[in-house]
Amino acid sequence: MKAKIIGLTIVAIVLIAIFMMIDAGGNWDYVLPRRLKKILAIVLTGSVIAFSTLVFQTITNNRILTPSIIGLDSLYMFIQTLVIFALGSTSLTLINKNVNFLISVVLMILFAGLLYKWLFKREGQNIYFLLLIGLIFGTLFNSLSTFLQLLIDPNEFLRVQDKMFASFNNVNTDLLIISFVLIIAVGIYFWKYIKYLDVMSLGRDQAINLGVNYDFVVKRFLIIIAILVSISTALVGPITFLGLLVVNVAHQFMKTYQHKHLIVGSALISIIALVGGLLIVERVFTFSTTLSVIVNFIGGAYFIYLLLKENKSW
Amino acid sequence: MVEIRNVSKQYGSKNVVENVSLRIAKGKITSFIGPNGAGKSTLLSMISRLLTKDQGEILLEGTEIGQCKSSDLAKKISILKQTNHITVRLTIRELVSFGRFPYSQGNLTKEDWKHVDEAIRYMELGDIQHKYLDQLSGGQRQRAYIAMVVAQNTEYILLDEPLNNLDMKHSVQIMKVLRRLVDEMGKTVVIVIHDINFASVYSDYIVALKDGKVVREGTTNEIISAQTLKDVYDMDIQIEDIDENKICVYYA
Repeated sequence: MKAKIIGLTIVAIVLIAIFMMIDAGGNWDYVLPRRLKKILAIVLTGSVIAFSTLVFQTITNNRILTPSIIGLDSLYMFIQTLVIFALGSTSLTLINKNVNFLISVVLMILFAGLLYKWLFKREGQNIYFLLLIGLIFGTLFNSLSTFLQLLIDPNEFLRVQDKMFASFNNVNTDLLIISFVLIIAVGIYFWKYIKYLDVMSLGRDQAINLGVNYDFVVKRFLIIIAILVSISTALVGPITFLGLLVVNVAHQFMKTYQHKHLIVGSALISIIALVGGLLIVERVFTFSTTLSVIVNFIGGAYFIYLLLKENKSW
Repeated sequence: MVEIRNVSKQYGSKNVVENVSLRIAKGKITSFIGPNGAGKSTLLSMISRLLTKDQGEILLEGTEIGQCKSSDLAKKISILKQTNHITVRLTIRELVSFGRFPYSQGNLTKEDWKHVDEAIRYMELGDIQHKYLDQLSGGQRQRAYIAMVVAQNTEYILLDEPLNNLDMKHSVQIMKVLRRLVDEMGKTVVIVIHDINFASVYSDYIVALKDGKVVREGTTNEIISAQTLKDVYDMDIQIEDIDENKICVYYA
């Protein structure tokens, strides 16, 4: 287990080093800070997404779900579309980036909070009901965004389209620091719940049998997921696509049930995927494709390979 | 002692458990019997706090279970449901070690591992303890789950149809283990069981339920009678004495 984690760490560090050094052309003062910022954003969002998806899959006992099912991604797109629709694309340059970030984060957390509050008021609601409602809201926000996108000027639509894909190119330093502090604070507050994850992967009945205050802990985890996903989405754009792949690869690769290893492993795999993907996008395709396409293609292929290999060994 | 006072549970407008009052004796095996839909599993789930009750009180050693902290209850009472679908891949030993969670919160001490080893030995799983659960037969898997409950080392052990899908040999094996848990370790075992002959041969007390109500409760001898069983199951059941055991014949 240790060897695997050390191996992943080395791969991640090597990739980061390559990313920092490649084609610098001597302009270190200019290149390094810019690239460092990208790397920080990647490490931050990559780990956060891996962690949220892992926790989300554990509490739902389902390996094919991601937090995007509660509709946070769609809400983010809706907010962005709405801003452009109401104020025009120039507003994006006019409105301070920090303001946009704060509005997005606050609205997403507010939405998740209301959704949970409303659902958990009635005792004994099952978590799949929450997912169903989230899915419906997600579809609603999606349709609303599409509708607004049809109405706006094609040039402004291009600006919306920019927002549809995760991008590490224009990450604001101030936002990066704010997010970093926020995420660390949230992480410290919720650290004590981490120990419940292993038990919760046995399912609700066993978790209660073993003394977990199940409903309470699930609520806490859903809140932490909403906050983390909101922050990372507002920072770089919709990025939950990554989680599904990364967490499943982590499960296959680590072959353990212990979340303390899985958390580290999936975060490292996530960083590797993002840095590797970005290297390919920037150096091989010279920005002619998007990061999500590369990550999903390579990751998907690797995942299928793992499954086929597993099949044979049984 | 577990004391159940006027407990009811509704699903929608249907009363699944209606005004049930019971005392479950310490250090004995108590079996819940009755036809499908009698509310046996629901009652067991409420005793173990997996389900909330709509009315009434359930007292564990004099304290209402709703008032106890869940983590404290996990050291006193354990439940094993009939279906245990686990999405993670675990070996028997890993599963059994989960039974120590209430004591160690995941960081198992030497003492905890001693309990795990003991439970594995008790259930005779030593040879296969490193096998994965999905590689086991139904009987082995059931024994692994019971080993986890043994490692949890609670005074009260509740089992929902522990013989489900097991063949005769494994059923007898499980029932003998439960008997030993009571006789040797002084545990209190409550089971929901469909096979009335297993209930008759292995339990001390039987509670017969029907349509959410207790039809009759008492010692095994009192309950296993043609008249009581007719009241519970609506069928004529002949009872034969074989080697001091009362065996019900209901096949024809």
